[in-house]
Amino acid sequence: MADTFSSATATPMVRALGVRKRFGSNEVLKGIDLTVQQGEVLCLLGPSGSGKSTFLRCINHLETINGGRIYVGDTLIGYVERGGVLHEMHPGEIALQRKNIGMVFQRFNLFPHLTALENVIEAPVGVSGLSKTEATSKALALLERVGLSDRANHYPSQLSGGQQQRVAIARALAMEPQLMLFDEPTSALDPELVGDVLAVMKDLAKSGMTMIVVTHEIGFAREVADTVVFMDGGVVVEAGSPSQVIENPQHERTKSFLRSVL
Amino acid sequence: MSVQTNDGQHDVVAVPLRHPWRIVWAIVLLLLVGGFVYSLVTVDTIQHDLIAKYLFSPIILQGAVLTVVLTVLSMVIATILATVLAVMKLSDNPLLRVIATGYIEFFRGTPLLLQIVFWGYLGIIYPHIVLGVPFTSIVWFDQPTATVISSFTAGLLALSLNEAAYAAEIVRAGILSVDKGQSEAAKSLGMKSWYTMRRIVLPQAMRVIIPPMGNETISMLKSTSLLQVIAVSELYTVANQISAQNLAQIELLVVAGFWYLVMNTVLGFPQRYLERRYGRGFDSESSSMLRNGKGAVNGGHV
Repeated sequence: MADTFSSATATPMVRALGVRKRFGSNEVLKGIDLTVQQGEVLCLLGPSGSGKSTFLRCINHLETINGGRIYVGDTLIGYVERGGVLHEMHPGEIALQRKNIGMVFQRFNLFPHLTALENVIEAPVGVSGLSKTEATSKALALLERVGLSDRANHYPSQLSGGQQQRVAIARALAMEPQLMLFDEPTSALDPELVGDVLAVMKDLAKSGMTMIVVTHEIGFAREVADTVVFMDGGVVVEAGSPSQVIENPQHERTKSFLRSVL
Repeated sequence: MSVQTNDGQHDVVAVPLRHPWRIVWAIVLLLLVGGFVYSLVTVDTIQHDLIAKYLFSPIILQGAVLTVVLTVLSMVIATILATVLAVMKLSDNPLLRVIATGYIEFFRGTPLLLQIVFWGYLGIIYPHIVLGVPFTSIVWFDQPTATVISSFTAGLLALSLNEAAYAAEIVRAGILSVDKGQSEAAKSLGMKSWYTMRRIVLPQAMRVIIPPMGNETISMLKSTSLLQVIAVSELYTVANQISAQNLAQIELLVVAGFWYLVMNTVLGFPQRYLERRYGRGFDSESSSMLRNGKGAVNGGHV
C-alpha cells in the first residue's frame, strides 16, 4: 500500500532531518532522519525511553527541538527560515500549523467539562470559525464513524476508556488534519477495549489518512503499517516494511525487543 | 423470635448499634443554648425594644444594602483582577511575573485597615488628580482628588485591590490543578493560549476556585465594616453612628450582627449553584456509574 503513495513526485507528508532533542544534559533524540509519504501509515516501535513519543511530540512542536528540522508538507515546523537563519515562530503561527496535524494521546485528554459532542465541535467552532450547526452535523457524522453516535451527550467521565479514546480520535479528525499522530493510543486501555480503538484506526488508515503511530501493538503494526520504524536510545535502529522489520529483523536490539514483546 | 439463616438471598437482619450518648449530648447542648437565649431575652441590661425598633429601620437597611453592594462590586473587580494577575504570574514573560508577584506581595504584606485609610486620605497626599504628559504643560484632566474619589470609591478601591492579591493565589492554584494534558490537547487542536485558558483551563479550574472564593466573599462582607474609619455609610458605620447618639452599643451590635449573619447565609446560595454548574462532567454519580460498568443511559444530565 505504501509504495503506491511513495512515488518520488509527491511531496512527502513529513520530513525529519537530523532531529535532536535534549532534556537538560540528557539527549533523548540523537539525529532522527525519517520520511513519511502521503497516505502512509508508519508505526514507531521501541522500548520505553527510546525517544519515540518525544519524536512524535516534536512533529507538532509540543516539544521544541534542539537540532535538525521537521517539515510537514512544505512547511518548516516551529521556525521561520530567513537568510539561512532560523527564527522562533510566534505562538499564534505555531497554533495555525497545528491545525493541520491531529494528535491522539495515551491518556485521551478529553475535556472533562464538555460532552463528547462539545469536545468534538470546540476547535472547529472556536479555531476554524465554523457555525455551531455546521460543526455539530459534522461532529455527529464523526461520532457515528467511531461508533459512538449514541454517546454524543455523555461527559467523558460517563464513558469507558475505549469510548473516550474514540471520541478523542473524532475530536482530532474534526479539524480535518492532513496528518494524524497517535501517541500510544491503546496503552492506557483495558485489554478488552483495545480492539474497538484499533478498528477505528484501521478504518482511518484504509481511508488514506497519513498516520504516525507510536505503539506496542505489534499485531496492529504488522497488519496496518506500511513502514515500521524501530527506535532505541534516541536513534532509528531499523526501518522498513513490517515483513522486514517484524518478521526478519536484522539488528540484535530489534530482535531482543521483539522477543520480549511478542 | 425467628432465626436468621445465612442463605445469601436475604439482607442482613441485625439490631442496629445503639448510640445512647448522642441523645445525652444533644440534651446538654439544647439546655446550654436554651439557657443562653433565655438569658439574652430576660436580661434587663439589654433594651429589647431598641433592637426591635432598629432591626428593620430604613437607615439600618440602607446600610445593609450598601454593604451588599460593596461586597459584590469588590468581589467582581477583585476576581477579574485576580485572574489577570494569576495568568501573569504563570506567564513565560519575566516582566509580567515580576509585576504580578510584586503586586501580590505588596497588597498581602500590609494591613487592610492601613490600605483603607491610605485610600481615604489620598486627597491629602495628592490634592489633585492630573492626567497629562509628564514634564510638559500638556494637561487633559485636572480635578481635586476629593471630587474624583469619594469615600465610597476609596473604600471600593481598598477592598478590591487588597482582595485581588489573595484571590490571585486562589485562581493560580485552580489553574495549576488542571492537568497539563488538557492544554496540550488544546494546543494540538490549534487553539491559542488565551483561548485555551478561557475555554478549557479556567472552566475546569473553577471547581477548585469556587469554594475558597466563597470563603473570601464571606470574609469580604465582614471586612466592609472596616470602612467605618473612612465614613462609608455601610451597615457597621450606621449602627455605630446611631449608638453614638443613644449609647445603646450592644443593641445596635446585635442588630448589625443579625444582618451580617442573614446576608452571609444568603450569599451561600449562589456558591452552591456555581459549584453544581462547574461540577458538570466531574460529578461523583457519573464516575460511580462508570465503576459499576453500567455506563450512563440518560444522556448529559447533571
